[in-house]
Amino acid sequence: MSDILLSVNDLKTYFPISKGMFRNSDEVIKAVDGVSFQLRKGETLGLVGESGCGKSTTGRSIMRLIEPTGGTIEFERQNILDMSAARFRPLRKRMQIVFQDPYASLNPRMTVQGALEEALGVKDPQMSAKERRDQVKELLQMVGLNAQYATRFPHEFSGGQRQRIGIARALAVEPSLIVADEPVSALDVSIQAQIVNLLQDLQQRLGLSYLFISHDLGVVRHISDRIAVMYLGRIVEIASKKDLFARPLHPYTVALMSAVPKANPFRKKERIVLSGDVPSPANVPVGCAFHTRCSYATDVCRTVRPVATLASPQHYVACHLYGTEGMKYIENRTN
Amino acid sequence: MVNSNRPESYWGGMGKRLRRNKTAMAGVVILIVFTLGSLLAPVIAPHPVEQMNFNSRLSAPSTTHLLGTDDFGRDIFSRLLHGGRISLLMGLITVVLSTLIGVTLGIIAGYYRRVDLFIMQGMDILMSLPALLLAIAVIAVLGPGLTNAMIAVVIAVIPSYVRVVRSAVLSIREKEYVEAVRALGIRDWQILLKHILPNILSPIIVLSTIQFGVSILAAAALSFLGLGAQPPMPEWGAMVFVGKAFLSQAWWMSIFPGLAIMLVVLGFNLLGDGLRDAFDPKTR
Repeated sequence: MSDILLSVNDLKTYFPISKGMFRNSDEVIKAVDGVSFQLRKGETLGLVGESGCGKSTTGRSIMRLIEPTGGTIEFERQNILDMSAARFRPLRKRMQIVFQDPYASLNPRMTVQGALEEALGVKDPQMSAKERRDQVKELLQMVGLNAQYATRFPHEFSGGQRQRIGIARALAVEPSLIVADEPVSALDVSIQAQIVNLLQDLQQRLGLSYLFISHDLGVVRHISDRIAVMYLGRIVEIASKKDLFARPLHPYTVALMSAVPKANPFRKKERIVLSGDVPSPANVPVGCAFHTRCSYATDVCRTVRPVATLASPQHYVACHLYGTEGMKYIENRTN
Repeated sequence: MVNSNRPESYWGGMGKRLRRNKTAMAGVVILIVFTLGSLLAPVIAPHPVEQMNFNSRLSAPSTTHLLGTDDFGRDIFSRLLHGGRISLLMGLITVVLSTLIGVTLGIIAGYYRRVDLFIMQGMDILMSLPALLLAIAVIAVLGPGLTNAMIAVVIAVIPSYVRVVRSAVLSIREKEYVEAVRALGIRDWQILLKHILPNILSPIIVLSTIQFGVSILAAAALSFLGLGAQPPMPEWGAMVFVGKAFLSQAWWMSIFPGLAIMLVVLGFNLLGDGLRDAFDPKTR
């Protein structure tokens, strides 16, 4: 397909567990362990999962802010993991990141003008001072801020305003992909909606693609075209938003969705509460990573790691139960 | 600006908090007095520094000789003023040099984790020796003298800079704004200069102020041991050393240069503590 912007294949990011100078151990934390997905131009892929499941590491690995351990990443039809740092640098600005914490994502000693001009300098080092000033104004207006604010420092802004500045900085280099790492999780609910709407508005205007990382299913449901569910460094299910919410197949997805509060208090709902904790990513269970908490786990789940199977067009699930009798039971529970 | 009640700027707020701190201002006053005294030494000194007067050897403090005279009849007060130039200049040079070297090493150790271990182990070795002992060892190799004493002091204080700067860099490099500029493809040296250095300035300023006093004290100690400035140079440490032989007949020969050292170091320490509180009002 020609409209594929980003293609991630079997991405692995392991962190060595260092125990000091002379005691290097072979143990690793498998933060991302064999993640594959594709992202089309202009599309939003939501990446959901609980804390520590490797969502953020996936986002940062794609941008090589953290060097992945293995796998391939094709971005704009170039394999970026094979590139040297120098060759990758010009491509770097094609993908940008928006962060969760608006209080840590701006340099406190730099004015908004300074931060944006720095980014503009990356796009075009030859730009004249006047052009830069004009573009800073344009960027601020684009994210819904008063252009007069340019000379201010980050501490003079609210969280939502800072998040807008962070978005403006990412947009300054005209990227095609934006990794939004929990961009609204730190904001008030009323501000969340504004930022989500801004992101959607910018997507339409500029044709951006988003990898939208969040633990908030409601927000992800609102903004995403497709959704990938992660558990312990692996994608357990990936499907279009409609499909996933209508027919979740993986027991973990089902449990995750049952935790979303419903607007109608009288609607009967079965809440599936998972028992136990998430296993340590330093010691991932053999077989299916979810088997320790899955109430349908069988012997094969405890020994063989499930591969992603196509359930319906564009709907993949990595579960041994899919296509078996047990699956019908899961499906019944969700309806 | 359009908005009149903007929150106070970083440096403005810091200055205000510092001015409100009485002990810090006492330090500032001490330092201003000593700096002016040294700068204006040729003008205000009542007697030429090297003028000997054998008729008034070892004379006690009086109206002609404010702080008395030494064994050659030289005026102690005049010598103290001139000695202040040596001590303060020496402190300045050692602080500037050790800040430059220490901050560079600290930033490298904090930002490039691969060389971190090597730099920090080197610093641990330096720190495991008492600073004065280390300085004496350096002088044993280089030979005594004012320049060598300064080199020795610089080497002895570098590790404390490296430690402070490294830990500050470690906390800043994980901030998301550093990640954001890395994602833009900004080069490492620009990240270090524009994003990391400005955010670790306050601990560096505080440390430099306190190290100023430490360096002066260390240099004076070396001179007292006969390893730094050599008599007849009016260096304070050297003056205490010479006066030691006459302690029973002329206490003023040692006491006044000693007091001068103490006051200057106290001034720097008070100011340093005040700066630390002013930079970080939360940790008081």
